[in-house]
Amino acid sequence: MKRIIFLVLFSILMLMVLAACGGQALECTDAIGCVEVAPDEPILIASSLVISGPNAPLGLDSQYGVEIAIDFRGDVLGHKVELQPEDDGCSAEGGQASAQKVVSNPQIVALVGTSCSGAGVPASKIISDAGYVMVSPSNTAPSLTDAELHEAGYLRTAHNDKIQGAAMANYVYNDLGIRKAAAVHDGDPYTEGLASVFSESFQELGGEIVAFEAISADATDVIAPLTTIAAAGPPELIYYPVFIPLGSLITKQAQEVDGLDGVILAAADGVQSPDFLTASGDAAEGMYVSGPDLGFGNEIYDKFLGAYKEKYGTDPTAPFHAHAFDATNMVLDAIEKVAQVGDDGTLLIGRQALRDALFATSGMSGITGTLTCDEYGDCADAKIAVSQVQGGAFVPVWP
Amino acid sequence: MAQRFKDIDYIGLFLWLFRAAIIVIVVWGTVAKLFLGQGNAYTTKDWINFLVAGLSQGSIFALIALGYTLVYGVLFMINFAHGEFFMAGTMTATIFVALPLSASGFLDKHPVIGMLAILVVAMVVSVSVALLTERVAYRPLRRAPRLVPLITAIGASFFWQYFFAGLFGSGLIPFPELAVLRGAWMIGGVEFLKTRAVVMIASVIMLIGLYIFIMRTKTGTAIRAVAEDKDIAALMGIDVDRTISITFATGAAMAGVAGILYGLVFRQVNFIMGFVPGIKAFTAAVLGGIGSIPGAAIGGFFLGVFEAIGPPLFLEGLGIPGSHQLKDVIAFTMLVLVLIFRPQGIIGERLAEKKA
Amino acid sequence: MSQLNLRNAARVGLLAGVVALSVSAIGMVESFDQRDLITDLFTLGQLLLFSAPLVAGYMVTKGVRDADNGAAVLLGLVSGVLTAVPPIALILLTLIAPNIRNALVNVSPALISILTFGASQIIGSLILAVIMAVLGVIGAAIHIVPEAVRKPILYGFGWTLGLGMLSDVLLNILRPLLGRSLVRLFFGTKGITFVSAAIIFVLSIAITIWWQSGGQSQYEARKASLSEAQAKRSRQISIGAGIVALLLLPLILGTYLTEVVDNVGLFILMGLGLNIVVGFAGLLDLGYVAFFAIGAYVMGILTSQGDLGIIDMSFWLALPISVAAAVTAGVLLGMPVLRMRGDYLAIVTLGFGEIIRVMATSDLLKPYIGGAQGILQIAKPTSGSFTMVQPEHFYYLILAGAGLAVFVSWRLRDSRLGRQWMALREDEDVAEAMGINLVSTKLLAFGIGAAFSGLAGAIFATRLSSIFPHSFNLLISINVLSLIIVGGIGSLPGVVVGALVLVGLPELLREFAQYRLLLYGALMIAMMLARPEGLWPSSITRREFHAEDEVVGGVQ
Repeated sequence: MKRIIFLVLFSILMLMVLAACGGQALECTDAIGCVEVAPDEPILIASSLVISGPNAPLGLDSQYGVEIAIDFRGDVLGHKVELQPEDDGCSAEGGQASAQKVVSNPQIVALVGTSCSGAGVPASKIISDAGYVMVSPSNTAPSLTDAELHEAGYLRTAHNDKIQGAAMANYVYNDLGIRKAAAVHDGDPYTEGLASVFSESFQELGGEIVAFEAISADATDVIAPLTTIAAAGPPELIYYPVFIPLGSLITKQAQEVDGLDGVILAAADGVQSPDFLTASGDAAEGMYVSGPDLGFGNEIYDKFLGAYKEKYGTDPTAPFHAHAFDATNMVLDAIEKVAQVGDDGTLLIGRQALRDALFATSGMSGITGTLTCDEYGDCADAKIAVSQVQGGAFVPVWP
Repeated sequence: MAQRFKDIDYIGLFLWLFRAAIIVIVVWGTVAKLFLGQGNAYTTKDWINFLVAGLSQGSIFALIALGYTLVYGVLFMINFAHGEFFMAGTMTATIFVALPLSASGFLDKHPVIGMLAILVVAMVVSVSVALLTERVAYRPLRRAPRLVPLITAIGASFFWQYFFAGLFGSGLIPFPELAVLRGAWMIGGVEFLKTRAVVMIASVIMLIGLYIFIMRTKTGTAIRAVAEDKDIAALMGIDVDRTISITFATGAAMAGVAGILYGLVFRQVNFIMGFVPGIKAFTAAVLGGIGSIPGAAIGGFFLGVFEAIGPPLFLEGLGIPGSHQLKDVIAFTMLVLVLIFRPQGIIGERLAEKKA
Repeated sequence: MSQLNLRNAARVGLLAGVVALSVSAIGMVESFDQRDLITDLFTLGQLLLFSAPLVAGYMVTKGVRDADNGAAVLLGLVSGVLTAVPPIALILLTLIAPNIRNALVNVSPALISILTFGASQIIGSLILAVIMAVLGVIGAAIHIVPEAVRKPILYGFGWTLGLGMLSDVLLNILRPLLGRSLVRLFFGTKGITFVSAAIIFVLSIAITIWWQSGGQSQYEARKASLSEAQAKRSRQISIGAGIVALLLLPLILGTYLTEVVDNVGLFILMGLGLNIVVGFAGLLDLGYVAFFAIGAYVMGILTSQGDLGIIDMSFWLALPISVAAAVTAGVLLGMPVLRMRGDYLAIVTLGFGEIIRVMATSDLLKPYIGGAQGILQIAKPTSGSFTMVQPEHFYYLILAGAGLAVFVSWRLRDSRLGRQWMALREDEDVAEAMGINLVSTKLLAFGIGAAFSGLAGAIFATRLSSIFPHSFNLLISINVLSLIIVGGIGSLPGVVVGALVLVGLPELLREFAQYRLLLYGALMIAMMLARPEGLWPSSITRREFHAEDEVVGGVQ
């Protein structure tokens, strides 16, 4: 028995010696450290998205976007890319825990996440302090890229609420000629932020917000709040930048409230997905949706959707798969740009260099448009598109 | 002794203040709304809309609440997983029956047969899931302290949610719209959406049917006997295990029907759909007096109506922004108020207090 | 007789098959297949799939005597083959109905290829049947092998697979000690490598053999030979060592694991508080998260340096205020519910928790506590120039808090008040008749329970630097209640054990996120079935469970 143990230990020792003898031609000169990827090792990327609990459809969808981006890319500089999926739980504590886990692994190059802004706040701090970098596909809270609050390692491909809410208000006021609108949110930071920015911008333009209503996201019946909105004006337009379940409920039930005949419905990218159209059916016809310019004559997106359906068996369940796809490509592009390749294929990726390369992203064409990052990490295409549901599809109407 | 009286006076005073405060808020808000014109101006029609919305939501609460009440009456346990029985049947029936039937046009041609098929599948699946849960997670623990089955029930609830999420995906599944139920009926000058009217009528019929089943049939008598005293019921030749299974099955069948009605009204289902209605229905069951069938029904309607009418009536009257967001606050405050006045619920029996 | 056994074998085999079918259909097999237990050799998905026939084979031969080796093998074979039947049905179903994926989203080509080992559906089904049959026989054969051989092998596999699953823990502890090349030798990107699997396997076998062949008896003999004083000293030494280990824990664990321990610690703190309310006084509280939220929000408002902060107080000053606010809330909640019992109390407290959460989200209070956007920039605890930032720093704060809570609970349990609580728990009417003041006893339980929760909330807020209403949902209340019951109601060590199992374990297994709650649910059911009195019950509960007739009236 003892002999076997001895033999095993001895062979391990030999292996160690052999491993230690491998050549080290590259030297790390980066200010905040490097990731070294050995010749036979994959490049490790983490994701931290909400993949459990009631918001799982949102985060899983983004994770699928990341996975497809990795599949499409194939090898990067001769290395496989591997994903370590984590769960942000759509909460501050989930974001914190997953970020701590990511920074405890020195092999992880970058993080794609988080799903929810609430998770992004603590995560961005930890990731940045540890010298890592993260790109979020769906954090939209203005505070994250605020000049004072921004963390050095934080970027995002999702639209800042400030941009999207204001763009929609502009379109509604100037192009549709609406003067009386109502806004609805569901108590989620994303929807509340968008609804607030929309209302403020709309009022600044000279419009009137007749009702600013909140409905809980798990509501099963929205006739009562819609009746309240109808009685308050009635408004010419209702803006409800919520997610698919509540969004489709409002879309369907708005028809059933008689004060709201002929009211124009408008939502944001939280519902911009085929899932919403199937769930809402005819009721969605004619409504306006703001968001990135998705998939209109966009070849990659068609290919993406095909791969998505093939791999996961469903249509996308949320809109942010596209942003996740772009975020992943941004990261992989940056890695290709900054990695030093050794003679034997070893990679050395400087963390500060990677950050710089990401912040320097400019004119990158992705599914969500042309991405250019500013100094506070907002990378989304500043152009917001508005599309209208016509014949069961999103048809771009503006710009 | 004196010390004790002093305490009780102090508490009594607090409770009276609490009640008074809530009543003042409600009355003040209502008066401000109705007579001082605070907030939006609602027409009579709007109020009827609120009422109808509340009643249709309440009728679904009532049907789910029955399951809680039946099981509670027999086992004195909170069956936390009951909302999941509701979800399981609905999801399965939607995916395997409703959507294919609707896609092939059968549902629009033969709506009655189609709906019956959907209902049967939903009930069968709900009942199977309930019986399996009872057999695996509850029956072995029947003699354990009451908190233990509560924990397995919570466990079962998580398990089924994510089991069905894995099976059918976590996205939203649309429930087909029935062509015959599109539009509204005019009843006495008031417009009733057809789906809502059908849901209300269906649930009232179900409630009456269940009441007759429990009160008039032999099986119903057995259920009541087991609820009264399991040991003596066993002595009387009643198969206690079987009767408990039947109780679970009955509650789950009701939940299956409720799920399909839910689908008809809200036209979308997903894996998490059972959780919030489950909690609400449990609240309704307690509000009405847990263990009592008419209590569950009344509690359900009461809760639905309060949630719909409360925010526009007295919260808006107080000038509170985003009032509909606070409907849960109203629901639970009402619950506390009712329980302070009547600790056994609206029409609960004293029995509940004795055994609870 | 043998026919009856065969029927049993068929039943167990089919059941195992249905389990295998279910885990496949809900996507667990496919998704776990991407997680290596042993790099490039064995994945978690395979473990999941193949443990079904093994367990089935093991189960059906449990009662068979050693003499009937042939019968045992036959039973194992039958159950193994039948285990393969439901998954094969699924494989063939995809042949007949290729569209099945529209309904069952996880029945993907990738899953079928895992089940059929990459072969075509028909041939793959046969391979699967053969493999499952072999595994069924192996499962059955476990009983035939003499114990001296069986035990070491089982332990060897158990340890190897267990550590393979928890490879993250090992990795985080060992990373600072080993160089990068050694880390690469022992750990793959996911899971452990073959080398470390072999080491663990051999070591655990060796230790088990040593333990069996004399180690155990030596240990027991030595333990028995200790004199009273020596035994006491050895106990003292182990307690001392335990305390030192607790103090040094963050150094061993590293940042990430310390973060996990911090989380567990907060739940221990809350669990101790709820244990007083539910475990000692028998008042079922489902809205315990409310006090946690109040503690966190008061801390947030008092110390935030952002727009919502009102006075920019220091953490240490705000801490007692947060706790006091939680206590006040506890007493205020306690008053209206004084006369409610059992499930009425449960639903009212649940409602209270929801009210607090909804109010925190609401537009009504948005100007004061941030509504959906929460409170940002909450101050970290400082002393002098030192600021607590790392999980390691918070570890000591939480340890101190939990230590205090343990001490208070322990002293209270055996005090006059503790006995009053227990009297209340057993029978309220009798307790009142014995002259116990129900009002103050109940309010004290609510108040003290709320204090611990408020403390946890305050630390939670400062640790995250930002709070959002979504963090304070019903799941927290349910989690805390579950952990004290799984640990053993009313038992202080039980709270710790429960928190480790229900908070720590899921946290470590974060990568299973999609199926985390499913496994959590199944675990809760399994644990309650196996040990309804909890993992580490208090002596009173243990006594009750062993006195059959008294159990019915037990804890309410």
